[in-house]
Amino acid sequence: MAFFSNRIKEVFLSPLNILNPVLVQVLGICSALAVTSQLKPAIVMGIAVTIITAFSNLIISVLRTTIPTRIRIVVQLVVVAALVTIVSQVLKAFAYDVSVQLSVYVGLIITNCILMGRLEAFAMQNTPLQSFVDGAANGLGYGMILVIVGGIRELLGRGTLLGYQIIPDVAYEHGYLNNGTMTMPAMALIVIGIIIWVHRAYFYKNDK
Amino acid sequence: MSRLKEYTEKIKPLFEPEGKLHAFHSVYDGLETFLFVPNTTSKSGTHIHDAIDSKRIMSMVVIALLPALLFGMYNIGYQNAVAAGQLADASTAGMFLYGLLAVLPKLIVSYAVGLGIEFAWAQWKGEEIQEGYLVSGIIIPMILPVGCPIWIIVLAVAFAVIIGKEIFGGTGMNIFNVALLARAFLFFSYPTKMSGDTVWISTEKILGMGYELPDSFTKATPLGELAQGSIPSSTLTDSFIGLIPGSIGETSVIAIAIGAVILLWTGIASWKTMFSVFAGGTIMAIVFSATGQTPVDWYEHLLLGGFCFGAVFMATDPVTSARTEKGKYIYGTIIGALAIIIRVMNPGFPEGMMLAILFGNMIAPAIDYFVVQANISKRLARVKKQSETR
Repeated sequence: MAFFSNRIKEVFLSPLNILNPVLVQVLGICSALAVTSQLKPAIVMGIAVTIITAFSNLIISVLRTTIPTRIRIVVQLVVVAALVTIVSQVLKAFAYDVSVQLSVYVGLIITNCILMGRLEAFAMQNTPLQSFVDGAANGLGYGMILVIVGGIRELLGRGTLLGYQIIPDVAYEHGYLNNGTMTMPAMALIVIGIIIWVHRAYFYKNDK
Repeated sequence: MSRLKEYTEKIKPLFEPEGKLHAFHSVYDGLETFLFVPNTTSKSGTHIHDAIDSKRIMSMVVIALLPALLFGMYNIGYQNAVAAGQLADASTAGMFLYGLLAVLPKLIVSYAVGLGIEFAWAQWKGEEIQEGYLVSGIIIPMILPVGCPIWIIVLAVAFAVIIGKEIFGGTGMNIFNVALLARAFLFFSYPTKMSGDTVWISTEKILGMGYELPDSFTKATPLGELAQGSIPSSTLTDSFIGLIPGSIGETSVIAIAIGAVILLWTGIASWKTMFSVFAGGTIMAIVFSATGQTPVDWYEHLLLGGFCFGAVFMATDPVTSARTEKGKYIYGTIIGALAIIIRVMNPGFPEGMMLAILFGNMIAPAIDYFVVQANISKRLARVKKQSETR
């Protein structure tokens, strides 16, 4: 069956690891720095981007033969903007507090480099099913890093995860302090840098 | 000395490729070159060899830092005694010993963690141990308040050595001053332990020495008082001698001046950088005093806080400062001026020296680039002119 073909498997797995949009292609860094000060917005952002990349990839891939090449960017933007608006409205309706925390960054998904990159590089050349899987996988690969960074930052910066206190009170009584830089974007960049470092050291050993 | 030499020669075979302890050869190399000037010379090309190498330079800087460190120890005991109202009973030696006990754990932790990471890194990469941490290791405790807990110093040192230095390629490659990076990390991560009015005076008895102060005891630094809008309560003489609250090594202008003389006399620090930091600071402080934006006289700004310490020991760091001779003037002036601007105009930061020097470090390569480019275009214009007249 086509769904489990090796091609689909490859399309799905490579963005999660060796072609990770954040770690290897270093795309989508701006939002990764901005929304990861806590875990919850990071998870929501990851899901939002996954849904939008998956469906915009699917739609563009369906339309790929009919879109005139000269205006393709405009068409892509219209599709992405429509999806972003839908997601943004859904968030406002069902998860208002997270929507407020994410503020402009939901709207700014339109300008996320991962989205346009996948549309141009993949959806314009591949079948709808493959494009859908590719979009979802890229969104998940991005969301995965957001969750890791968000988790580290919230745990060290606030001592909580998803709002629940993890670091026990005993530790604070003995002089433990939350790390203020972890709540700042500067430290997010350093954390992402360290994750990239570990990732490269592990997967690109012979790549000097 | 010759016995030490004999001993290092005797144990050397253990660390040779066939020796039992070969795994630790980088540790041995590090120790040997620290004790003795290496016996090897370069095999190819023409090299001009100075009698002093970087390990000897580092040792000189450490010696220059000692007066400020020793005075800082005394000042900790002095401040503790003053705060307890027991100055008349406290002996000079007792106060010094108290300060020594307060500083020693920080110093040991700073060296143990920093050198530990450096040794491990060198071993991992199969490189020689680099000596850069010798100076950073003594400076880091000196620019921290005495109330800074040990465990956050461990974090800061690890952060500064790994993120600030090793990933840039180790000693000599770092963009930012390692010690200041450690301080900046602490300053932004744990602001309650790095600024404010509860961390500058040691409030506990150490091994039965000193005086216990109540938990609610607060005392701000003169610059802290200035930032809150009041006139500093310390006298000019006190701030000159250094008997004011502040980071451990930064208070005494006299002790820092002794260090400055050592550095300048041995030619290790650039007088151009040092001079222009003071010049930039003076100009800015005079401007602010004249326009009434700061209530104290201009010279007080130079005496208070970390201005002197930063100017003498940190701005002149040969690795992170500008390297062109003209660039040193620009670099120093920017740091001095910026430090005073931050102090006076930003109420959130009572002291601006750390941020000013880090900013200077950041733009130093750009300064060098423009100085070199200016020289190139000047010479190019001269060549063109000559060829036209010919």
